[in-house]
Amino acid sequence: MGLSALFDVKEDVLIVRLSGELDHHESEALRNEWKEKMYRNPVKNVVLNLEAVSFMDSSGLGVILGRYKEVLQLGGELVVCSVSPPVNRLFEMSGLFKIVRLEENEHYALVTLGVAS
Amino acid sequence: MKNEMSVEFSSVSENESFARVTVAAFVTQLDPTMDELTEIKTVVSEAVTNAIIHGYNNEPNHRVTIKCTIQDEDFELTIKDTGIGIGNVEEARQPLYTSKPELERSGMGFTIIENFMDSVNVISSPNAGTTVHMTKQLTKNKTVCK
Repeated sequence: MGLSALFDVKEDVLIVRLSGELDHHESEALRNEWKEKMYRNPVKNVVLNLEAVSFMDSSGLGVILGRYKEVLQLGGELVVCSVSPPVNRLFEMSGLFKIVRLEENEHYALVTLGVAS
Repeated sequence: MKNEMSVEFSSVSENESFARVTVAAFVTQLDPTMDELTEIKTVVSEAVTNAIIHGYNNEPNHRVTIKCTIQDEDFELTIKDTGIGIGNVEEARQPLYTSKPELERSGMGFTIIENFMDSVNVISSPNAGTTVHMTKQLTKNKTVCK
């Protein structure tokens, strides 16, 4: 099934829309692409849209934690939106919601970051 | 009825999805709930990833073995590698512990496995490999016929 990632920039926000399965195999390519987008665009915040993610394991958590640290360095925030119940459970279990904010959907996540979409 | 399945494959990351889909297909016979199926797929993914990255240091020329047994509602899963082994299993099972922080590992693999399975037994010795043996009882009588 694999994973596909779409990137979009709105003002100082990098939007990352993932669809498919995020495991160790897919995480390496995603990490490289994501880092590159953050480096090449003048962004400070990230909105991670997980609406179409059908599977995620701890490798996915690792990639998100890695980008979270980079966003902190930029003085920004990482906001996750549109998570499925299984992904929500994984985040709860790992304590990820203690450090990244969860919003219901991408539009609302952007609004909270001051982007009128 | 008792039913068994085993599968062996190369230690390449492409096989992580193959492994979880294969085990999920086998378990379908027990008519698992969607939650149970997700839990089992996640556990397979975690243990196979551990075997590949940690057991075999990402070397592709080794083998990972999975064995599944189902009997009534009981599911048994064994995932085995013959890699470098774990020096301190207690430490490895701690949440957030990772031996490879440079690879952006979250250190949550074993914690997730323990949460999603009823029992988890890790047998490991340096340079001999690691065997993770897990059991889970699936919920009974999901389709109520009266």
